[in-house]
Amino acid sequence: MAGYQNIFTQIQVIADPEDGVPLRSSSYGRSGQPFLSYWLGKIGSAQVGPVYLGGLGLTSLFFGFIAIEIIGLNMWASVGWDPIKFIVHLPWLSLNPPLPKYGLQIMPPLQEGGWWLITGFFLTASLLLWWLRTYRRARQLGLGTHVAWAFASAIWLYLVLGFIRPIMIGSWSEAVPFGIFPHLDWTNNFSLMHGNLFYNPFHCLSIAFLYGSALLFAMHGATILAVTRYGGDRELDQISDRGTASERAALFWRWTMGFNATMESIHRWAWWFAILTPLTGGIGILLTGTVVDQWRDWAVLHHYAFPDPYIAPSLPN
Amino acid sequence: MALLSFEKKYRVRGGTLLGGDLFDYWMGPFYVGFFGVTTAMFSSLGIALIFYGAALQGVWNPFLITINPPGVEYGLSLAPLKAGGLWQVITVCSLGAFISWALREVEICRKLGMGYHVPVAFGVAIFAYFALVVIRPVLLGAWAHAFPYGIFSHLDWVSTTGYEFGNFHYNPAHMIAITFFFTTTLALALHGSVILSASNPGHGEEMKTSSHEDTFFRDLIGYSIGPLGIHRLGLFLALSAAFFSVVCIVIAGPYWSQGWDQWWLPLWQLVDPGGAIPAPYAGPGM
Repeated sequence: MAGYQNIFTQIQVIADPEDGVPLRSSSYGRSGQPFLSYWLGKIGSAQVGPVYLGGLGLTSLFFGFIAIEIIGLNMWASVGWDPIKFIVHLPWLSLNPPLPKYGLQIMPPLQEGGWWLITGFFLTASLLLWWLRTYRRARQLGLGTHVAWAFASAIWLYLVLGFIRPIMIGSWSEAVPFGIFPHLDWTNNFSLMHGNLFYNPFHCLSIAFLYGSALLFAMHGATILAVTRYGGDRELDQISDRGTASERAALFWRWTMGFNATMESIHRWAWWFAILTPLTGGIGILLTGTVVDQWRDWAVLHHYAFPDPYIAPSLPN
Repeated sequence: MALLSFEKKYRVRGGTLLGGDLFDYWMGPFYVGFFGVTTAMFSSLGIALIFYGAALQGVWNPFLITINPPGVEYGLSLAPLKAGGLWQVITVCSLGAFISWALREVEICRKLGMGYHVPVAFGVAIFAYFALVVIRPVLLGAWAHAFPYGIFSHLDWVSTTGYEFGNFHYNPAHMIAITFFFTTTLALALHGSVILSASNPGHGEEMKTSSHEDTFFRDLIGYSIGPLGIHRLGLFLALSAAFFSVVCIVIAGPYWSQGWDQWWLPLWQLVDPGGAIPAPYAGPGM
C-alpha cells in the first residue's frame, strides 16, 4: 500500500487523440494533428495539440516575435555581428531604456533608447492581445474568465515596471533594461538606491505571497497525489459530488492544523495567493521613489526597524 | 469533537508509528498522537524562550524582537544563554517541533489511507531550514553564520550576507531557485484559475468538466498536462524551488567567496581570453 505513491503514470491508455469540447462560435478552427508522447504521458496527459491559433493569437505571436527580434538584433549588433560572441556573451548583452536626459521623450535616437521604446510597444501590444485571447478562449468554451484576470495581475506588474512608474517619475530611464544580467543589475541597483527594498511593506507582502504560493502548491499537489487512489485528481467531480477523496484530503488538514479548505475553496486560496504576488509587488514598486524614497529610513520612522541593522558576520577566509 | 458530517466514521484507532494507543485521540479538530505531544513540548519551550529573549532584549514590538545566534568567537561550541545560547536551544526546539509535526502527518496519512506526499514535501522544507541553521554554519565553522530569528532582523541578515558576494542575483543556483518560485506561482495561478472557471462559469452556464480544462489549455498553448499531471508538476516545481534555495545558500561561503558575477568569468573568457566581464548596468544613477 505504502509503496505506490503515484509519482509516475505506470500504465498508459493508447487511444485516438480527442479534439476537445466544441467551440461555440469561431471564425477559425483548431490547427495541428494531435499526437501522443510517451514521456509526457509518464507525468501527465500524453496528447499534444491541437491548438487554436485565431486572429488574436497570431497577431500576439507576431508582435511578440517583432519585440524579441528587435532585442536580439540590437544585442547582436552590440557584439559587432559576431555569431559566437552573441551566443556566449548573451547573458551580458542588453537593450537599455533611454538615457535620463531624454526624460519621457517619445522618440529618442534609436541607439539611445529608441529601440527600447519600440520593443516595449510591441511587447505590450503582444501581451494585451494575449490577454484578450485568454478571455476569448474561456468564453468560447463557456468557462469563467479567471485565467484572464490572473494574467491581468501579471500584466499590472509589467506595466508598473516599464510604463506607469517611469511616467510618474518623468523618465523612461527608470525602466528595466531587456537583458539577462542587466535586469538583475537593475534590480540590485533599485534596492540599493531606495534604501533596501526588504523594508518596503508591499515587497514583504509580495514575497510572502510568492513563498506562500510555493507552500500552497506543495500542500495542494501533495494532498491530491496522496488521495489519487480514491480518485482525488478528478477535482471537478469531487467539487460537485464529494467523494471519499475529498473527505480524506479535508480531514488530513483538519487533524493536522485544525482547519481545512474544501476541494473548491483550495483553488480560491491558490488563485488569490498567486494573484496577490504581482499585485502587491506592483504596488510596492510604484510607491518606490515616488511616495517613499528610502525604505529603511521610513521603517525606522514608523517603528519597524532599529537605526542599526543586524550585521551578519563576514565570511571566514 | 467530530464536527464535519462525515468525520466520525474516519476517526479510527491505529496507524501510529510509536506508542500504540497512547495519545491516539483527538482534541477538538486536532489529532494528538505521540508526536503531537512532542510537538507541543518542543514548541511551547521554544516559544517561551523567544518571550524570554524578548524580555532580555527589552523589546515587545513584534517587528523588532530578535533572537541572535552566538558571535563568531564561540565557533561551533555552546554559547552562554544570553549570548546566543537561547538561539541554540530555540533551534533545537524548532527542529524537534518540525520533525515531530512531519511524523504526526505520517500517522494521520496512515489513519486516512493516504500517500505520504505531504510529510515528504514538508521534509524538504525542514531540510531547507536545517541547511540554513546547521549545515552551512557547520561548514563555515561558526553558528554565527546562521540567521537571527526576527521578522526584520532576518531580512538584514539576508541583505548583509547577500552583499558579501556583490550582486547575489548572479548566483546560478539562486537564479534557478527564483525561476522555480516564479514558475510555481504561474502554474498555481493557472491551475487555480482553470478549476474556478470550470466550477464557476457564470450566470446561466452549467458547471464544466475536466474535458473543458484540457480543451482550454490545448486551445491556448497546444498542451494540457491534465488534472492529475498538474499536481505532480506543482509539487515538483515547489519542491525544486526549496531545494535550489538550499543549494544557492550552502554554496555561498563554503564553496565560493568572491562576487557571484565573477563565477561567470570563464564563460565570458571562452571567446574573450583574458578579458574582464563588463561593468554592471548602471541605470539612471544613484
